[in-house]
Amino acid sequence: METDKSKIGNFIFNRSVQGVFYQLITLGLVALGIYYIVTNTARNMLERGLASGFHFLGVESQFDIGMTLIEYSPTSTYFDSFIVGLLNTLLVAGIGILFATIIGFTVGIMRLSSNWLIAKIAEAYVEILRNIPLLLQIFFWYFAVLRALPKPKQSLELYDSFFLNNRGLFIPDTVFGEGSSIIFYLLWLTIIISIGIFIWAKRRQNRTGERFPAFYVSTALILGTFFISLAATGFPVSFEYPELKGFNFKGGVKLIPELVALTFALAMYTASFIAEVVRGGIMAVSKGQTEAAKSVGLKQNLILRLIIIPQALRVIVPPLTNQYLNLTKNSSLAAAIAYPDLVLVFAGTALMQTGQAIEIIGMVMGVYLFLSLFTSVIMNLFNRFMKVDGER
Amino acid sequence: MNTMRITFLGLVCSVLMVPAAFAGTLDTVKSQGFFNCGVSQGVPGFSNPDENGNWSGIDVDVCRAVSAAIFGDPDKVKYVPLTAKERFTALQAGEIDVLSRNTTWTLSRDAQIGLEFAGVNFYDGQGFMVRKDSGISSAMELDGASVCTNLGTTTELNMADFFRANGMAYEPVVFEKADEVVNAYDEGRCDTYTTDKSGLAAQRTKLADPNAHVVLPETISKEPLGPVVREGDGDWADIVRWSLNAMIEAEEFGLTQANAQTTCALTSNPVVARLCGKEGATGAGLNLGESWSYDIVTMVGNYGDVYEKHVGENTPVGLARAGSPNASYKNGGVLYAPPAR
Repeated sequence: METDKSKIGNFIFNRSVQGVFYQLITLGLVALGIYYIVTNTARNMLERGLASGFHFLGVESQFDIGMTLIEYSPTSTYFDSFIVGLLNTLLVAGIGILFATIIGFTVGIMRLSSNWLIAKIAEAYVEILRNIPLLLQIFFWYFAVLRALPKPKQSLELYDSFFLNNRGLFIPDTVFGEGSSIIFYLLWLTIIISIGIFIWAKRRQNRTGERFPAFYVSTALILGTFFISLAATGFPVSFEYPELKGFNFKGGVKLIPELVALTFALAMYTASFIAEVVRGGIMAVSKGQTEAAKSVGLKQNLILRLIIIPQALRVIVPPLTNQYLNLTKNSSLAAAIAYPDLVLVFAGTALMQTGQAIEIIGMVMGVYLFLSLFTSVIMNLFNRFMKVDGER
Repeated sequence: MNTMRITFLGLVCSVLMVPAAFAGTLDTVKSQGFFNCGVSQGVPGFSNPDENGNWSGIDVDVCRAVSAAIFGDPDKVKYVPLTAKERFTALQAGEIDVLSRNTTWTLSRDAQIGLEFAGVNFYDGQGFMVRKDSGISSAMELDGASVCTNLGTTTELNMADFFRANGMAYEPVVFEKADEVVNAYDEGRCDTYTTDKSGLAAQRTKLADPNAHVVLPETISKEPLGPVVREGDGDWADIVRWSLNAMIEAEEFGLTQANAQTTCALTSNPVVARLCGKEGATGAGLNLGESWSYDIVTMVGNYGDVYEKHVGENTPVGLARAGSPNASYKNGGVLYAPPAR
């Protein structure tokens, strides 16, 4: 009996058993909490006569959207409006990230310049842009852009094919005619070959130490094949020019001012943070590295490319990921200036017309969560790729 | 550590224990001594704050009437400015008790999103405003136009219907806040600005040069605007509904803010006597004092008083009542209240 008791005692007072026990309790309480929230919400919605469920996604939306990347009309469904909003969000986030990275790296390197003026200009850029709220910057660019631009009838034009006015930027659309598909097949083929060249050049250099100008060769290959195939097929490409008809231009590709202002504001704002990240990353590489590289006789641009940047990137990439995530999430400020992103179209108009706040906000939150996690995964892969061998 | 976690969870749970239903709004309101009224962020004539933060307008006066009916004081109201997008959620969540914010009564709002409309205090319709120098005289000439409007309104659907029905193309430019719509239209982003005609008249006063713009003659929709309450509390809905009806009936029987005191003392008309709270015990059914309708008329005014004070021809909004649907049914309008008896 006594041994049994002490066994039970040992079991109860065992630290790891206690740990599991408390974890189970916590888990149970969390599950209970979630169960309570879900059932309570469902009951409240029922009692207040709120519609629920996702049936609304298949119903005609009956509203129109100013900018759509897919076919869309008021007879399209709410689900289509969700896709339209999602694509518009991805578009502004994608372009924003591209420009923010370019501007950010440029400004970050400028800040480290030994030229006093260049360094100070970069510093002023960073300090001004990162200290003004983003929403104000969006308003500034939007209304500044609108005020500066002429009316459609007085459009600024270039070669009768590019038009700029307060309704947007209108550029000719390229229309690929019959027989043009071969050009794209060749384009893809040359890109794949170029990747092969890069891998081969790297291996050869590792083996023999000889360098091969892979970049120039593959660029020449891709561009050369592209133009030769264009000429060989007899230029099966035509342009659709925008034309002023009634109130606005028709035809061609149209970039609405909301998109321009939002992308601009997001890119400029995020670039100021990226610049600091880049500066920090470069400064984190110890000076001894540069000196050692110099002493083995590397040239200045090779020092930067082979020694400094790979080491700096290890420091830069994780906080850079944060900035990309911020930019994507900040793009939801679009609603303020009528850019039809996911929040404006789906969590705005669609929500108002259906009243199904919980379902719609849930979907929108899911999208942003997915986008953020996806960006994180990509950047983590990149970071793993960049890290120095043997490091953890 | 674990005990802390558990206490925290308990706290979270108790915070989430919101009341399941909102029955008994009147009792809650009476015990706290005021109620919350959702209004716009500033539509002159309908609900607009002055420089001291005092709200006025015909939508505000619906809330003042409800306050007068309950408390015998029109100012026991806390005003909550809301965007079009926020308004229904605020009402559903119990943040406000009455929504009086130029809100259109539609089937889907009434049936799907847990709202109950308590009547109509303004009959409106959607219209278009354009620049005079554009030379446009009819909405049918708007093919291909860029159209500025507000997010979260029936306006968005009506304009889609209108352009679709007439086989015309358009570019919607939809903003979250009314001020940005006005701004963008003023900057020339759009060829036309569309919203309810009363809204156009009100927002026009905010443009840089109001006289350079003109409202087109077409009315493309029916927009009955009125106060809204949560579904599921019929007693509260009754109070809001009959506060509005009392204002309309008082006007029909000639009882005004100016003459109510003397008329009530002398009247022999039983309808007027009921409105004056002297006969019929109408208050008991609503759980209000017997002077509820008398208080509304003397403290806020009848429908005509309120209309002329805020949106009538002698105000900056300047909406003529005669000949509009907002005239009494006796004068060819559609304003008609069921009898308060």
